[in-house]
Amino acid sequence: MTLRVWRQPSPQVKGKMANYHLTDVSPDMSFLEMLDVLNEQLILDGEDPIAFDHDCREGICGSCGLMINGIAHGPEQTTTCQLHMRSFSDGDTIDIEPWRSGGFPVVKDLVVDRSAFDRIISAGGFISAPTGTAPDAHATPVPKVDADAAFDAATCIGCGACVAACPNGSAMLFTAAKVTHLGLLPQGQPERDSRVVRMVAQQDAEDFGGCTNIGECSAVCPKGISMETISRLNHDLLGALRANAVPTS
Amino acid sequence: MALELFLEGDPIADTKAPRDVPIGERWSERKFRGKLVNPANRRKMTIIVVGTGLAGGAAAATLSEAGYKVKSFWFQDSPRRAHSIAAQGGINAAKNYRNDGDSVHRLFYDTVKGGDFRSREDNVHRLAEISTQIIDQCVAQGVPFAREYGGLLDNRSFGGAQVSRTFYARGQTGQQLLIGAYQAFERQVAAGGIETHSRTEMLDLVVVDGKARGIVVRDLVTGEVTTHLGDAVVLGTGGYSNVYYLSTNAKGSNTTAIWRAHKRGAYFANPCYTQIHPTCIPVSGDYQSKLTLMSESLRNDGRVWVPKERGDSRPPQDIPEDERDYYLERKYPAFGNLVPRDIASRQAKNVCDEGRGVGPGGLGVYLDFAEAIERLGRKTVEAKYGNLFDMYARITGEDPYSAPMRIYPAVHYTMGGLWVDYDLQSTIPGLFVIGEANFSDHGANRLGASALMQGLSDGYFVLPNTITDYLSAAPFEKVPADHPAVVEAEAGVQAQVEKFLSINGTRTVASFHRELGRLVWDYCGMERTAEGLRKALDRIPELRKEFWTNVKVAGDAHTFNQNLEHAARVADFIELAELMCIDALAREESCGGHFRAESQTPEGEALRNDEEFAYVAAWGWTPEGEPPVLHREALEYEYVHLAQRSYK
Repeated sequence: MTLRVWRQPSPQVKGKMANYHLTDVSPDMSFLEMLDVLNEQLILDGEDPIAFDHDCREGICGSCGLMINGIAHGPEQTTTCQLHMRSFSDGDTIDIEPWRSGGFPVVKDLVVDRSAFDRIISAGGFISAPTGTAPDAHATPVPKVDADAAFDAATCIGCGACVAACPNGSAMLFTAAKVTHLGLLPQGQPERDSRVVRMVAQQDAEDFGGCTNIGECSAVCPKGISMETISRLNHDLLGALRANAVPTS
Repeated sequence: MALELFLEGDPIADTKAPRDVPIGERWSERKFRGKLVNPANRRKMTIIVVGTGLAGGAAAATLSEAGYKVKSFWFQDSPRRAHSIAAQGGINAAKNYRNDGDSVHRLFYDTVKGGDFRSREDNVHRLAEISTQIIDQCVAQGVPFAREYGGLLDNRSFGGAQVSRTFYARGQTGQQLLIGAYQAFERQVAAGGIETHSRTEMLDLVVVDGKARGIVVRDLVTGEVTTHLGDAVVLGTGGYSNVYYLSTNAKGSNTTAIWRAHKRGAYFANPCYTQIHPTCIPVSGDYQSKLTLMSESLRNDGRVWVPKERGDSRPPQDIPEDERDYYLERKYPAFGNLVPRDIASRQAKNVCDEGRGVGPGGLGVYLDFAEAIERLGRKTVEAKYGNLFDMYARITGEDPYSAPMRIYPAVHYTMGGLWVDYDLQSTIPGLFVIGEANFSDHGANRLGASALMQGLSDGYFVLPNTITDYLSAAPFEKVPADHPAVVEAEAGVQAQVEKFLSINGTRTVASFHRELGRLVWDYCGMERTAEGLRKALDRIPELRKEFWTNVKVAGDAHTFNQNLEHAARVADFIELAELMCIDALAREESCGGHFRAESQTPEGEALRNDEEFAYVAAWGWTPEGEPPVLHREALEYEYVHLAQRSYK
């Protein structure tokens, strides 16, 4: 098969697509294993191997993420590491690019800098509960429906596919998932207003675009985070701003 | 002439646990006797924390909350990526919410017994005590544990226990606990208490006047090598399963931080204690990069078999019933397919070694649900195991409803690690080691749902309370940037980077890693023999020599270079592998995950030798070619009586 891969040695240098031919690709290979095989060849040929982020290779750490034929994480709704070559056909040409967004500058080749996500969490994506201060775990019952819905939102792996897929490059699904997770739990109530205001402010301060409810984000999300989280964020944000409860630094 | 395997060093002992009071009071007593640091002084102290998993992330957040200056380092792009995130099952706690007779003492007892009597009683008891606080802490942070309709927390039962004490968040408990720790961490970043260093790898420890005072790191994006100094260093850098190349660990998980600390004087304890999980998806080809675990709950309804004949290549459906060997049911009629992990793993290896394995490479056995589907109906099987069947289908492309699954054991946890005392301090003053990176709590075998418990116990509750005793003498005299120890360590790291890039040989780093992994798997894996270990010990030094003369590392030192990162990690794995084999050879008994074929009961179970081997093997490093030094820590059991594990 033919691979057309984005090569960019460093953020300062302009990148371009490069062509590679690969034979003997097994349908049982994962997509990243296919890139491993190509990299072994490149190393032996004295060329620079293709840089890409990856770690757990079981779909949970959120490290990997490639635009494959223009779709974040490729043709199956899963992480790139869980995509297998049986999803492609013999002789295919596959385009492989990094996440494309102003908020995720390229580090090298297919590796991008997603530290903006950490800064969004840092701005308010937590419950303030310093170690040692907790009451007994059964002190506050949480209705099962709320706990389950909070869990659904909390499954976000922070991969950034939502941003990469969004025509606006918006990080809204990521932020909304965290606002929903914490906002549904009784423990999350005291900081509910300040959390949403601060997280949205930080998101805007990064190079992300605005959300216009297109829904590409949810369609590619490997964990299927729902668009409802965005409705919930908007609801919380309006409420918080109306209450004027927090300074919007 | 046979070179001596190892040298006998002085015995070693923990001196921090107050053994003059009963075990249930020792942790409180230790906290009372340990010196404290007043809040105004904490601001003047810098603590370096390496790793952001459950242990490192929790420790960094908690130390920052206490007012210390924390510098945090990790090699991934975000602190949320640490491999703790992949833990599936759950976390144990002696809450006794089920009213089923659980208690701190019972969790303590189960863990000591599960570890096959090779762990330290004081540490395990403390772990059981703290387990309940962990759940409280995590709930307060918003970890969405599974709940019942009444709104209270749900529990499940897990291996090695007769009570339900495992708290869980579907099959993603590790993820949810790590996100909790990560959020606490990011809160402290915002508060200015934690200075962050992402994509930064620790490559050496700086020891000044016998104290750990800093680390040498490489910025993985720019290649810049720098030194960071402080008053204490904490390593929460995880386990070393990737010495086997194929494991359930993340690709980046490595031994480099603890191995390089070992080379600076920290003893490495019980390196041969590794845990092998029986139900993983088998290797499908040479390109295989990692193994994926499938919950062992599948063995409740699946039947394990292989063809009776060697090399039988017929599809499983075409093999008649009387030509199949349901070997676990045959050999263990009482427990059948539900024998413990180590036995199930070893028997799978045995039938594959006989040439009766199935699938590519002959390294697999069938796990067949045909009988369960007939008995229970497809709907019930789907409800019970649907997500696991889907995962299997996605990875293998096969439909487990119509053909049996293929499974094979894989390494997924290492009980060994740097030796620490009750305060979690290594043999280098000022170097503390937490989580999977230390050896402390699981003995020779870890029970399910105990890794998350230990990581968070160490990070949130133990280390922040014990490190104060050491820091009460701090802040220490400032180490100048041109101190000989700093200059020497930095130069060593630079020299190694340059060496890698200059060899320009003919074999890739991955090809060395694969060969090493195969060697350690064959001879220091599920079953170890003196003969096999000697073979490995002959081959590893040759491999090491070839690596340093014939490896080909791509790229340069000043850009993001993943191949260079891998080279440094493999160099350390090769050295560690040698120590693992020496440790396994010296321990002429079977215990927990360490099965020496020479030491088994007539039924083929692990046979301990408490007379001679009831000790922790703490190894001191010596330069290449010289035998390592063994320091024994005698294990005494005051509260749990030594007994042979039995599954009959």
